Amino acid sequence: MDTDWPTLLPVLLQSVQETLVMVTATIVLSGIAGLIIGAALYASRPGNLFEQPVVFGILNVIVNIVRPIPFIIFITAIGPLTLLVVGTTIGTAAAILPMTLMASVVIGRVVEQNLVAVDPGIVEASRAAGAGRLRTLFSIVLPEALAPLILGYTFMLIAIVDMSAMAGVVGGGGLGNFAIMYGYQQFDWNVTLVTVTVIIVMVQVAQLVGNWVSQLILRR
Amino acid sequence: MSDIDPHIRFISIFKEYPSPRGKESSVKALDGVSLDIARGSVVGIVGYSGAGKSTLVRLINGLELPTSGSVVIDGTDITGLPETKLQKVRSRIGMIFQHFNLFGSRTVAGNVGYPLKIAGWSRENIKARVTELLRFVDLEDKADVYPRRLSGGQKQRVGIARALATSPEILLADEATSALDPETTTEVLGLLRRVNQEFGTTTVVITHEMAVVRELCDNVVMMEKGRIIEAGSTYSLFSNPVTDTTRKFIATAIQGTPSAATLERLRARHPGTIVAIEINEEYGSSEVNRMLAAAQVTGTVVFGGVTEIGERPLGTLTYELTGPPEAITAAIEQIAAHTRTEVLSSQQPQKEVSHGH
Repeated sequence: MDTDWPTLLPVLLQSVQETLVMVTATIVLSGIAGLIIGAALYASRPGNLFEQPVVFGILNVIVNIVRPIPFIIFITAIGPLTLLVVGTTIGTAAAILPMTLMASVVIGRVVEQNLVAVDPGIVEASRAAGAGRLRTLFSIVLPEALAPLILGYTFMLIAIVDMSAMAGVVGGGGLGNFAIMYGYQQFDWNVTLVTVTVIIVMVQVAQLVGNWVSQLILRR
Repeated sequence: MSDIDPHIRFISIFKEYPSPRGKESSVKALDGVSLDIARGSVVGIVGYSGAGKSTLVRLINGLELPTSGSVVIDGTDITGLPETKLQKVRSRIGMIFQHFNLFGSRTVAGNVGYPLKIAGWSRENIKARVTELLRFVDLEDKADVYPRRLSGGQKQRVGIARALATSPEILLADEATSALDPETTTEVLGLLRRVNQEFGTTTVVITHEMAVVRELCDNVVMMEKGRIIEAGSTYSLFSNPVTDTTRKFIATAIQGTPSAATLERLRARHPGTIVAIEINEEYGSSEVNRMLAAAQVTGTVVFGGVTEIGERPLGTLTYELTGPPEAITAAIEQIAAHTRTEVLSSQQPQKEVSHGH
């Protein structure tokens, strides 16, 4: 069976662009939100800088509730919220909201885990030097965890590419949508193969860059 | 260790931690500690792990707060101070750590300059002061290196430079040499002594190594189970320990009387009377020799050693004494009148060599 590439190529490029938009918007928004959630989880943990057992407990429960929900179900479950915020539940913009919410929670956990691994002795040294708690958090704890944080973010970037494929279900467009519409549903194995290849290349590039940057930081 | 103007003063401190499971009994880290630390002195806090040393020292810079009691520094009670005031107090107190706790994300210069940055110094002033500090610890060429490239001794010198950045009047050292090899330990102790001598920094040293106390401290505080069990000048504590714990610690730093096993071996080799005689600044081995000679007793050193504590000699020498039994008894009595003397083994009767013909 011949694939009609002259027709499909522009659609493929359009899909790549949609995926890039969704992934970029999500990683930026959830990257910031996740950093805040993670730092708050770390700092409010009993025995840590801002020790707030109640805050920690609440955040922890929220993260634990949201994280295990399969993303495909999560998208539909928060449909009403998406409608309220974005004005529609269909399209790329509508996909970015659930992606960002889910990714923020997961990144929050990733950030927390990397910060917890920072030697408490270093935190004590900063406090002993007269530094305030916020200063210790931002100018000592975060930079100490930078290399593993970058690897964590790289991991999340790839997980977000994965999420974006499911956004196709709600008409979010992107490569996932492309593979299903023109590959699976048309019984065109070539299209699926090409799409998978494009995704693999994108993921590889992201992983290579992440590894390289974190190595740069680790090597100092 | 009372003095008119104590630099650091602990007044009946109790510190309890909630027990790990949050049930009934809490853990008592400090159980009624009162202590004055004189300005410009070097004090060693000694004890087994869990004795409360770390907690006691962290009260000084408010990293720990007492459950009750107060900590007075320079006449100011710091126990009730709000966090921002405590930060000011901390920035005037340097601290060094067993595992150095350098910031891996900052260069050596970045580490040393950090306390100054917090104190609001300008960039040029920080740069000048960091250069000065790195010269003091002899690491000028390492300014732009990251800590992981340094050896243990170099790391601790960076730690010391960082602790001294704001010219603190108090320096806290938490097991500062425990992770270092003997040679590096000597180097770091020398540096700490120099700090005390050149800047008059009141230095509080936590350690479990009596060798560190011997080399560095003017005074010693022995702790056990959250209490001070013994305190005094290093020399008096070494020469006159009261508690068993202190005695055990001291035995690790000065070669005292032989152990039971050693004594058995000594007896096998030396049939004479074996006596352990304490040597101190008032009563040295020449005095021992003179008295033995006067009593016409032959004395041979078979075990022991003399070391310097606070630049004063101290040790125990174990002698084998041979001669007429009455002369030996008289000599021992005479020596015992001047210094601590312990007869470990009496002269063994000459074995008759009978061949059973």
